[in-house]
Amino acid sequence: MRDITIFNVEDKNGSMINQSYIILKMKFCWIILISILLLCSTSNSEAQSYKDAQHHKCLKCHSNQTYSFKNDVTNKEEKRLMNPYYILDTVAMSAGVHKPFDCTDCHSSEYQSYPHKSTLKLEPLSTCLDCHGGDASFASYKFDKIQEEFKKSVHYKVYGDNFSCSKCHSQHTYVATARNSNDVLEIVDFDNKMCLSCHNDMKKYNLVAGHSNPKLVQIHSWLPNQELHFSHVRCIECHTEVIDSLMVSHNILSKDKAVKKCIQCHSSDSKLKASLYKYQNLQKRSGKGIGSAILTNSSYTIGTHQSPILKLISILIFLATLGGIVVHSIFRIFKK
Amino acid sequence: MSETHKIYFYPVWLRIWHGFNAIGILVLIITGISMQSDINSAVIGFNMTVNLHNIAGIVVFLSYFAFFIGNLVTNNGRFYLIKMKGFFKRPIKQGQYYLWGMFHGEKYPFPLSEKRKFNPLQKYFYVLVMYLAVPIVMVTGLALLFPEIIIDNVYGISGVFVTAILHSAMGFFISIFLIIHLYIASVGKSPWENYKSMITGWHHV
Repeated sequence: MRDITIFNVEDKNGSMINQSYIILKMKFCWIILISILLLCSTSNSEAQSYKDAQHHKCLKCHSNQTYSFKNDVTNKEEKRLMNPYYILDTVAMSAGVHKPFDCTDCHSSEYQSYPHKSTLKLEPLSTCLDCHGGDASFASYKFDKIQEEFKKSVHYKVYGDNFSCSKCHSQHTYVATARNSNDVLEIVDFDNKMCLSCHNDMKKYNLVAGHSNPKLVQIHSWLPNQELHFSHVRCIECHTEVIDSLMVSHNILSKDKAVKKCIQCHSSDSKLKASLYKYQNLQKRSGKGIGSAILTNSSYTIGTHQSPILKLISILIFLATLGGIVVHSIFRIFKK
Repeated sequence: MSETHKIYFYPVWLRIWHGFNAIGILVLIITGISMQSDINSAVIGFNMTVNLHNIAGIVVFLSYFAFFIGNLVTNNGRFYLIKMKGFFKRPIKQGQYYLWGMFHGEKYPFPLSEKRKFNPLQKYFYVLVMYLAVPIVMVTGLALLFPEIIIDNVYGISGVFVTAILHSAMGFFISIFLIIHLYIASVGKSPWENYKSMITGWHHV
């Protein structure tokens, strides 16, 4: 623009146009451009407003148990039940990580008309890696490593590529709880609901496994304090192979490879330190001090061996006692 | 040794309690160490270890009440009363005897009689164990049997963590007491004398 203001330029017909005319023209273009951008952003934010679902083009139907439409064949207004699997939780959506996106950012814009075209059901949807793979701004999530680990998992072995990320991580409502929450119980609850959404649901489990789901309480009957374990540790703690490079392991193991030894968690070298408490450890150690983090993060281990200092003291006291007895016995024998 | 030098220190109820308590405590110590060490009991398995620990804990819990009530309703309780006179001096004197006196032919500083069943040092340890360590280990053990009742957070530290630490620390203290108890019991007229007394009830003085 600075160049244009210095020199007069020749138009396409070869005639010269003066400097002030060009500046005026550029200003006009900028105003138009800014207006378009403002208009787009305003209309877009309205379209994305999940909080006002009743006025959202998609959610006015997909957030309700029922929907109404004008049947062009019968020329009547009809009210029908919504397929329960297509009802969306708009409260959870407005808290989810994908809340800035509108429905048609991922789904075809043709969904905006009803009845939806039957072929739309066959549209290939974007996978997580289509957006997040190789993206430097999401490098810490290690999506590519997750994909690599996932492909070793029992889920992939059974269902192949049909087992998409969204089978566990609802793209509509997903929240990165394990990274952002300071409450372990909240992390556990959020995470376990992902597993239970299928493993505690006959139809969804059958879709992938091809047989009915095992009863979770019964197959975990060997586990002491079952209810407490279910609410305080994630399923993946025992059912995945923990690797250091990933925050959450995605290699879900088959049930015969699941952890069944209590000592793997209930010891000073607990598996939980490398999984459930991994992120908290990192966070607390960088912020609140090493001492408190180590102390509180060992709360799931049994006994004084949780604390290395107490363990050392107890060993010293034990050895001193034995030593004292041996020395005393020797004196008793020789001073008899 | 004549009959007149024998005192019936250990009535039947006390010996029965002592027997149950001894077996219970031994099982608790062995299973307790097994559970918190990496030497996981390959022979009986972790589940069985936990079950045995729980059962032994309940046995010791119930037998403690027999001991407590027995001491309230019989004369045995008075042997646990600590006199303020010579509070430090008396146990120190007994300690000196064990460490020095007994090897140099000194007389036993607190000879046992119908009125004195325990020497001062012994009494202090018994009181500490039976009226402090065992109740703490019982309460914390009971809480760990029902972990859902434990307070989640105690000044920023997990309630279960504090309870477990207290439980195993007291358990360790009791274990050390047991080792010393068994050894000191061999310091008598003969190494087996005191052990026999706990079976017959009669103590030779």
